[in-house]
Amino acid sequence: MVNYIIRRLLLMPVLLFGVTVLIFGMLSFLEPTERLALYMRDFPKNPEAIPALIRKYDLDKPIYVQYWNWLVGKVDKATGERTGGIIFGDLGYSRSQSQPVIELIKRRFPNTVDLTIWAVAPIVFVGIWLGVQAAVHHNQLFDQVARVFSIVGTSFPTFVFGLLVLMIFYAQLHWLPPGRLSDEFMRVVESDAFRHYTSLLTFDALLNGRFDIFLDALRHMILPILTLSYINWATFLRLTRSSMLETLRMEYVTTARAKGLPEHDVIHKHAKPNAMLPVVTLAGFSVVGLLAGVVITETVFNYPGIGSAAARAATNLDVVAMLGFALFDGFILLVAVLVIDIMYAFIDPRVRLT
Amino acid sequence: MAETVPTGDNSLLKETISVRKIGWLERFLGPENYRIVKGLMKTPASIAGFSLILLFALIAIFAPVIIPPVGSDPYKIPRDGFKSDPRPMGSEWKRNAPEIPFWYKAVTGKDEWVHLLGTSEGQYDIFYGIIWGTRTAFKTGLLVTLSTLIIGVVYGSIAAYYGKWVDNLMMRIVDVISILPGILVAMILAAVLIPKFGKSTIPVMIALIAFGWMGYARFIRADILSVKERDYVLAARVVGVKDSRILFKHILPNAIFPTLILASLAIGDVVLSFAALSFLGIGVEIGYADWGQVISFARNWITSLNTYWYIVVWPGLTLVLFVMGWNLLGDALRDVLDPRMRGKM
Repeated sequence: MVNYIIRRLLLMPVLLFGVTVLIFGMLSFLEPTERLALYMRDFPKNPEAIPALIRKYDLDKPIYVQYWNWLVGKVDKATGERTGGIIFGDLGYSRSQSQPVIELIKRRFPNTVDLTIWAVAPIVFVGIWLGVQAAVHHNQLFDQVARVFSIVGTSFPTFVFGLLVLMIFYAQLHWLPPGRLSDEFMRVVESDAFRHYTSLLTFDALLNGRFDIFLDALRHMILPILTLSYINWATFLRLTRSSMLETLRMEYVTTARAKGLPEHDVIHKHAKPNAMLPVVTLAGFSVVGLLAGVVITETVFNYPGIGSAAARAATNLDVVAMLGFALFDGFILLVAVLVIDIMYAFIDPRVRLT
Repeated sequence: MAETVPTGDNSLLKETISVRKIGWLERFLGPENYRIVKGLMKTPASIAGFSLILLFALIAIFAPVIIPPVGSDPYKIPRDGFKSDPRPMGSEWKRNAPEIPFWYKAVTGKDEWVHLLGTSEGQYDIFYGIIWGTRTAFKTGLLVTLSTLIIGVVYGSIAAYYGKWVDNLMMRIVDVISILPGILVAMILAAVLIPKFGKSTIPVMIALIAFGWMGYARFIRADILSVKERDYVLAARVVGVKDSRILFKHILPNAIFPTLILASLAIGDVVLSFAALSFLGIGVEIGYADWGQVISFARNWITSLNTYWYIVVWPGLTLVLFVMGWNLLGDALRDVLDPRMRGKM
């Protein structure tokens, strides 16, 4: 067990190095003038200053020098000031949204976390419930309907589904608006009277005792949650169903039935816990996927999370900002995969042997 | 062969000594692969999937007959004026109308072109976009899938055949690439390439290829690892056949079939990703006949989608049906390929 964790931990820096090399590789496609955004906020107005600036930040030097500068930053020898350096959290400047990329992430990421927290429960629990029911009623009506549902679900592009629900629940019925918060509440949230304890809007609203803001925030999140759920349910249903079917055919389940246990106990106490093992991994990865920014869903619903910021940067070809997001997401994913793997070794004793 | 079959219920013995006819297809594909193909031909889901895909293939082939191209570039959706508000279905087509195809009068009973499915923002005809977008879908889907398949198969076979540290290193590289958030890095690569290639289908296709081959590499690697241990490979090696010849002439033909099938079904997913990127405004220029692009016109009309429902429903439905065709096939395939489910469905 300890060996396994140590091996996984040792692999981590290697993967991290690989990810940075890949991202820097894409960065090197850019012209040196475009790469200036890594180190400076505003594009120099005077075009004659550009060659000097390129020399100042070593953008004409060999690629490994530039990679090193990109990693640890460039220290000005005269003043001792450091610019850039991703390991210090300096990801350069976003031209399209004119601010440091890290500031953008700090502002947008809590919204994505907020959405993730509220979306996880419906996705995971309903998904698993559907899968278990489909397996228990194998080849009966429920199973057939669930199967059609999952094929339709996987065929629906997020943006088509999102636009359709917006058409019904917003344009037609005016129930569930897109965005983050109604204008009048937005003013309250931005005022000084509203204190940001966690920077997660729904929780801050509750902590401030503003139940109306909390409900309004939830109202804006229902459609994104619905969209994310519908897309993810199909995957959960499929995996839970096949894993459950396999478990139900095992001999220990037959034994449990033979000794006269009620069917409910056989399914929920004996079969389900073992069938859940692969589903746990999937759940872990879905949470990470949501955290890493659901680009299209956030864009369709105009939700100010990290995904829609990335999409906006992309349409403006603001590559430095996008690479900052990719680096941030890549880091989250790396850590999460590690955590999931280690957790899995705790849950499933069979993993430890390999 | 003994003609005296023992009496009584002895189905197993009967089956063993019965002489089953082996058709040319089975001889060509081998029993395992033949079972897969036969399974795919039988289930209702896969037949529905085949029909949908066939329908789209016909639309793509006969696009110039269904709606003749306007102007020099058929992939540019003709514009009927420049007003921004979408116009409803059946409204008059004043400018840039295509020629009248032979079926038009018989089906619609009109003498002049109308906007059958309405126009989008900027007066782009939706019907034209859907029909010619089918060609874009097949073109991008096939090209991207074929390229990722070739890259993945070559990469995965090399890793599997040489094994040891080569395999370890190559698969760790695959791990690194797959850990990056897929759609985001594809977006970035496309954005980086757009200044070099201009706005067209090429940057997005390259981006999808660059981050789409890892699955095939893993899949073929696993299959080759199992084929590699067979006796005939050992025999070839003993006789002194070159490495590359063993790999590409002896191992690969025996291991590639499941990967091929997997790839052919991935076209739906590729088209979906391509449409998603066009929807976000990355890749093709505005007005290009591509489903994601046509749907993206709806982004500015969210508050009035109840009036202008046709700008999202028709192109959306087309995309969903196309992807569903491939998914139905894929679903049937999963049943056929999963040995634990065999005979239990």
